Amino acid sequence: MPSERPTTTREFMLGEGAGTGAGSQNIHVGVGPAHPAMHGIIRIVTELDGEVIVNADVEIGYLHRAFEKECERGGWNNAIPFTDRLNYVSPLINNFGYCAAVEKLLGIQVTERCQYIRVIMAEISRICDHLTCIGASTMELGAFTVFLYMIKAREFLWELVEDVTGARLTISYGRVGGLRADLPAGFEERMRAAFKQVREVLEEVHRLLTGNRIFMDRLVGVGALSREETIGYAITGPLLRAVGVSYDVRRAQPYDVYDRMDFEVPTQTAGDNYARYLVRMAEMEQSMRIAEQALAEIPGGPINVDFQGQPLDPATYVDQGKQGKTEGLLLLPITLSPNLQGSERPAHARVNAPDKRVVLPPKETAYGSIEGLMNHFMLIMEGYGIRPPRGEAYFAVEGANGELGFYVVSDGGDRPYRVRCRPPCLPPMAALHRMVEGEMVADLIPTFGSVNMIGGELDR
Amino acid sequence: MDGAAILTLLGERFGRGILETHAQCGDHTAVVARGALPDVLRFCRDDPRLAFAVLMDLTAVDYRAYPGREDGPRFEVVYHLYSLGHNHRLRLKVPVGEDDATVPTAVALWPIANWFEREVWDMFGIRFEGHPDLRRLLMYEEFTGRPLRKDYPINRRQPLIGPKV
Repeated sequence: MPSERPTTTREFMLGEGAGTGAGSQNIHVGVGPAHPAMHGIIRIVTELDGEVIVNADVEIGYLHRAFEKECERGGWNNAIPFTDRLNYVSPLINNFGYCAAVEKLLGIQVTERCQYIRVIMAEISRICDHLTCIGASTMELGAFTVFLYMIKAREFLWELVEDVTGARLTISYGRVGGLRADLPAGFEERMRAAFKQVREVLEEVHRLLTGNRIFMDRLVGVGALSREETIGYAITGPLLRAVGVSYDVRRAQPYDVYDRMDFEVPTQTAGDNYARYLVRMAEMEQSMRIAEQALAEIPGGPINVDFQGQPLDPATYVDQGKQGKTEGLLLLPITLSPNLQGSERPAHARVNAPDKRVVLPPKETAYGSIEGLMNHFMLIMEGYGIRPPRGEAYFAVEGANGELGFYVVSDGGDRPYRVRCRPPCLPPMAALHRMVEGEMVADLIPTFGSVNMIGGELDR
Repeated sequence: MDGAAILTLLGERFGRGILETHAQCGDHTAVVARGALPDVLRFCRDDPRLAFAVLMDLTAVDYRAYPGREDGPRFEVVYHLYSLGHNHRLRLKVPVGEDDATVPTAVALWPIANWFEREVWDMFGIRFEGHPDLRRLLMYEEFTGRPLRKDYPINRRQPLIGPKV
């Protein structure tokens, strides 16, 4: 029943009975999804006692795009573009994680050069991710300079990614059994140049933030989670290492060639936002170390062109084949679309597993021989394609936010029966209410920033 | 402890509570009867030889369309456990029928089970008995159906329903 008394402005804002002398009461404030720091995709309903958060309920799902359901629709390789859109700041790691899970199910081994390239590209992505996380969360605290510096550094790295994959974000570079293409010529120098710039930026940011009084006042002791709770909430990655547990999939259960790399797993003990910041800063340096080592050891070297003669265009090539002039045809180079740079036959053989049940033949073979064409056909046509044996496999890689796991189930058919992604930033979001309870409402923002929530991966 | 030894240990400890064990692609799996699940999970977490402190993942699979399994229990709830101390992994699977799609909750053992179970409830409609707050996680409350079930058509559209005015 409506009361006689008109609703006051204060009541309208704070709830009925507020400010009427009815005694103090907690108020509920919804933060997001339209709040700029919530990236438009998270809603946190907080219960406040004054400025202190008593309770928080985190609502997710605003960016749910049915990743797992969509994967069941197409072939095994068709899921790769969807994995780009999980953690869209470090999509390469998602690509490789998914491919590795399917490869585990198929029981195939990728080439050594492919493993090295996967390591290099994954580490570049990890740096991008950490740069974005620290840049964005410090910007939310007002340190706009840091954001600009870090995005500048990320740009150098994304140019590298673009060089290799042809895209900045939706890269779709992994393939089951290998990679889309080999590294481009001159990659080594460009990577060294980019890392030099990134190191300068990290140095600058260290001088700006680490030990900065204002920054530390906002972060030290804020958003802390105990070691027991961090483990109980299955949190991995930088947040787990910030409580002193040195778990890193790259070290604990090495995949690709991480067991040959010399690197440290940085840890802190405090478990607060500042510890998370320090862990991420240290990890970027380690990632660059790994990428440099991998590049120094990578087998294969530059692309060797070991055939003679002028390249033919594909149509002429096919015509010659139809006329029966097949002698030496397979050795002739053909002009490929610039989009296929790095997928020429020698490069293709270096980065892809020699398994015709899984890997598409190089375009020269598909155009130039009936076997190649059949091979291509058998992998592309509906009802054919890659057919892993019946069964299931779980494979974990170290994503930028922690353990990124793919659990794939096959019924022996050409499309996945079930693909499950274990998103590394879901556990910290599930624990976010524990991090912010008892903190001031303003501390919600840096704590949320330190979690590095990536909507695509969280909501899938 | 390697995977085979873990499976042997579980088999000895729980007898008929473990329906089946296998190792595939290097992943060791125990299929657990639903009745024995709470004890198995607690044993896995607390026994010092296993010490599975992390519930890495919890999900489900709908086997309705799986060739050769149309008649068996429709769902399997899948637990992936990891031990930080011993650096080993284990997968547990619990078959659940469609008519009685309930599983005891693991929230008391691992707090992360809260959200994982909410997601499975949301996507598959498998109920977790004893869960303190079994709401949908990713979809909105007004959504009807369980999207990851095999009989949910991928192209079905549902309107977004706002609060009733």
